[in-house]
Amino acid sequence: MKQKSKAELWIAFAAIALIYVAVTVLEQTVDSNHIIFTVLKKGAIYSLVAVSMNLLNGFTGLFSLGQAGFMLIGAYTYSIFTMPTEVKLTESVYKYYEAAIKFDTGIFVGLICAGLAAALFAALIGLPVLRLKSDYLAIATIGFAEIIRAIFQWDVLGPVTNGANVMRNYLDLTDVKIPFTDIAFPPTLYVFLASGVCIGLIVLLINSSYGRAFKAIRDDEVAAEAMGINLFKHKEMSFIISSFFAGVSGALLAMYQYTVQAAQFKSAMTYEILLIVVIGGIGSVSGSLIASFLYIAASEWWLRGLDMGKFLGIEAPNLFRSGFRRFVFSIIIMMIVLFFSKGLMGDKEISFAGLVRRFNKRAKTAKGGGIDG
Amino acid sequence: MLDFLHANLSYFLSGISVGGQYALIAIGYTMVYGILRLINFAHGDVFMVAGLMMVYLSTALPVTIAIPLVLIMTVVLGFVIERAAYKPLRTAPRMSVMISAIGISYLLQNAALYFTGGLAKVYPAIPWLSQSVTIWGSTTKMVTIVTPILTIVLVVLLTLLIKYTKVGMAMRAVSKDFETSRLMGIRINSVISVTFVIGSFLAAVGSILYFTNYASVTPISGGMPGLKCFVAAVFGGIGSIPGAVIGAFIIGIAENIIKGGTSIFGFGGSGWTTFSDAFTFALLIIILVVKPTGLFGEKATDKA
Amino acid sequence: MKKLVAILLALVLVVSLAACAKPAATTDTPAAEAPASGNPVVKIGIYEPASGDNGAGGKQETLGIEYAHSVSPTVEINGTTYDVELVKVDNESSNDKAASAASTLVSAGVSVVLGSYGSGVSIAASPSFEAAGIPAIGITCTNPQVTEGNTHYFRICFLDPFQGTVLANYAYSTLGMKTAYCLSKLGDDYSGGLVNYFVKAFEALGGTCVQDTFPDGNSDFTSYINNAKNSGAEVFFSPVSTEAAQLIIDQAESQALGMPILAGDTWDSNVILQAAKGKTVDVTVTTFYPEGANAEFDAGFKAWVNADATQLANNGGDDTVAAVTAMGYDAYFFALEAMKKAASIDPAAIMEALWSTTYEGVSGPIALDQVNGDAIRNTAYVKHANNETGAWDALPPVTIG
Repeated sequence: MKQKSKAELWIAFAAIALIYVAVTVLEQTVDSNHIIFTVLKKGAIYSLVAVSMNLLNGFTGLFSLGQAGFMLIGAYTYSIFTMPTEVKLTESVYKYYEAAIKFDTGIFVGLICAGLAAALFAALIGLPVLRLKSDYLAIATIGFAEIIRAIFQWDVLGPVTNGANVMRNYLDLTDVKIPFTDIAFPPTLYVFLASGVCIGLIVLLINSSYGRAFKAIRDDEVAAEAMGINLFKHKEMSFIISSFFAGVSGALLAMYQYTVQAAQFKSAMTYEILLIVVIGGIGSVSGSLIASFLYIAASEWWLRGLDMGKFLGIEAPNLFRSGFRRFVFSIIIMMIVLFFSKGLMGDKEISFAGLVRRFNKRAKTAKGGGIDG
Repeated sequence: MLDFLHANLSYFLSGISVGGQYALIAIGYTMVYGILRLINFAHGDVFMVAGLMMVYLSTALPVTIAIPLVLIMTVVLGFVIERAAYKPLRTAPRMSVMISAIGISYLLQNAALYFTGGLAKVYPAIPWLSQSVTIWGSTTKMVTIVTPILTIVLVVLLTLLIKYTKVGMAMRAVSKDFETSRLMGIRINSVISVTFVIGSFLAAVGSILYFTNYASVTPISGGMPGLKCFVAAVFGGIGSIPGAVIGAFIIGIAENIIKGGTSIFGFGGSGWTTFSDAFTFALLIIILVVKPTGLFGEKATDKA
Repeated sequence: MKKLVAILLALVLVVSLAACAKPAATTDTPAAEAPASGNPVVKIGIYEPASGDNGAGGKQETLGIEYAHSVSPTVEINGTTYDVELVKVDNESSNDKAASAASTLVSAGVSVVLGSYGSGVSIAASPSFEAAGIPAIGITCTNPQVTEGNTHYFRICFLDPFQGTVLANYAYSTLGMKTAYCLSKLGDDYSGGLVNYFVKAFEALGGTCVQDTFPDGNSDFTSYINNAKNSGAEVFFSPVSTEAAQLIIDQAESQALGMPILAGDTWDSNVILQAAKGKTVDVTVTTFYPEGANAEFDAGFKAWVNADATQLANNGGDDTVAAVTAMGYDAYFFALEAMKKAASIDPAAIMEALWSTTYEGVSGPIALDQVNGDAIRNTAYVKHANNETGAWDALPPVTIG
């Protein structure tokens, strides 16, 4: 991997800063009920989980489909930890059980704990599962996600998880405050910051020596082992880190949704995230980011009209009825899978080299990517 | 023991019946995996679409015409899916094919969601099969008794086909060694198509039996049974047809015993039913860790 | 060939991307769309399931609202005539779709939200409406948690503690049953809540209950029916979604359940009637409105629903008047009444006015209590499915308190 030029790095930073400024300005000027904020918030959350899945599938070559299970753990840990004790003691949420956990934490602690809980589970699951290969690993991780879902719905654990019932009244995005004040923090900006920091950490990891080891494992396990890379250690590490961030994104999703329930985290959710990763390009962080926002914007906003009787100004309630959006959507996805299997970005990243070239004439080669796994 | 069996006969009957239906679907998974090394995630949804076809066809046609028509159309669907979504990716990495399978599954579910308007469709009652019968004090539908018998007959026929016909021999050769059998002049594509045709046919038969028992079809009807049947195939040893059948029966019976746990064993709490689905996956993980080749699987090089 | 498909795909993508412009414009400026009449527009959100477990019931409830809209498409507020525009969104009977469905309505700029059929989705969407300051009127969501402890969710139907008591009394006193088997869906607020209140009331009367739950996506109820038979229960109480109900009725028949089935308001649907027709199962339900109670409404609705094939299909294929349809009809007029009282289409003003709004609906008089904003209702109608005619037979209504 070549060292990025300083100028290129600065441009990247500037671009990121610009995005944050834009979000801040948007949030101060546009009506907070506008659908754009739904898209931005959910898009940022899905970006995080998509990048975390990409770390496993795209950079380490482990085809894992357990993302929904880890998000569930994160979401539940967060909601259990941050639900105020006085809410837990009344009947309003724990209606059929007596809450067993009688303390509550702040949002930040809740988010970290959500990640840690998911990482802990991943560490345990990783021991048996990571010895399996490709599709066996995939099916085993789906299986674990389903088992996790069943455990969280088990009524014996009701005092902790509220059985299979809805968790609510925990600290959500409207409860985020600017530190040491009582002023509400702009919610969209908060989600962007939280996801941004996490994604930044993942990018740093990918570019570290560990990241290079991951890619070596992806490209050729035998060669990697011959070069002295401890296969299991690195796989387990990638799995745990990916799950940590999946847990955090689950917690963010819980914050965004106001309510959360185990039944939501089905394997369909993992497939959805996998499709985002595929659309963006397996092995491309920036691809996953772009794909997340496109996917969420299309499903929540642009294509909504397909479900609601009116699309592109054409009114046809019999054609554009409930479910048409998802039908059209799945056809588009199938097309991408079949004809653009590299996705938007392949395994490349957005490169600022081209921009740099204009300013100083020295040609820079774009960051090299690995071989498609 | 006999008393115990008698008292709980209805649970076992339900288990055997659903096990037989799972077996018919599981064969499709195991055959496709044996040849292409592909988990055909869309197989469960093909099963669901077969159910929907029957619902729509039976409104216009008598059952005697609708049933063969459903079988033919499902076979065509399976064939088309293979040609459209898997064949173009034959040289692509295995992950891409699997993603394509997930995409097809998503497409079939959403198409069903749109065309049914998102509502559960009532499966037509097939005369005779839907009749109630009483055996040894337990009342059930005729289909419960027919299913295991029909399953075994079909499995025997299939085994004979694979053992003694030319196409069966080609199938075995392809699943042993894809590249070499191509070199030997076996027309890989037609062998794969035949595999999908057989798998879809059995799924269609399974769907008729399954939905006669549980008479409502929704877009997600195929999801859970699909996954469970795949687990059954892995459990029995992927590529092995008798293995898949035995795995399917074990899963079918076990899940009904769990649902009836309170009544059979008297252990308290209603929460156990949560695990009727999870049990299947626990079984999967145990077998993958302990004996990755499954009960009857042959030793393969790239499983674990 | 491949190129051709690629070009086609590119076209599809372009079309779908271009689509962003149009809906964006309509949501940006809700009032800009000038209707033919030139009147200003007030938007009412319909937050109902059109697919999933509760799709059938949600569609019937929506029909009630749409019929009411066809009867009275305008409203006069403070001397100005407004055109009412209905904004429909499908919450897919799924709690996790609630937030995004709710935000679609919020961003469309609705003044008040009606719905939903199914308590779980109402509870899940409640914070979204609260954050946006938009009042919501629950039509047939009977779980107390919908309105408990908030000031923006209202409700025009009776509650589960009441309904559970009615059903328990019916089972214990009228039918004379001492043991009940209760089956609810795991994690479903509606069936779980109603079973809970039923059990409390039934045990207070001196009966015993056996409880069971089934997981999401389950379609094999034979083992549960066997559990019921083996538990020595005399009555089968299962207030679950209509989708599960079809399967339960069918399998109860084939497994020879041999005991009456009791259920709550969700089962008051022609889906149940069609499933029970020609069978021997004995189904009794409690509900909000019996067909025939208001001849004028019934006749009007039947004529309207028969006039359009899609509407007829949404009503389950025949012109039976479901109680939820009558409730949807009342909810629409109740919302209009609140707007008139508020003399404004501002959500906050409507929220304030709702507390003191009263309305004489086809399902009875509607007035809200001042604690949670629940309707003060003390009558439940009891219906029994007639296996021969495939219609409901009305039993004497039950009034408590």
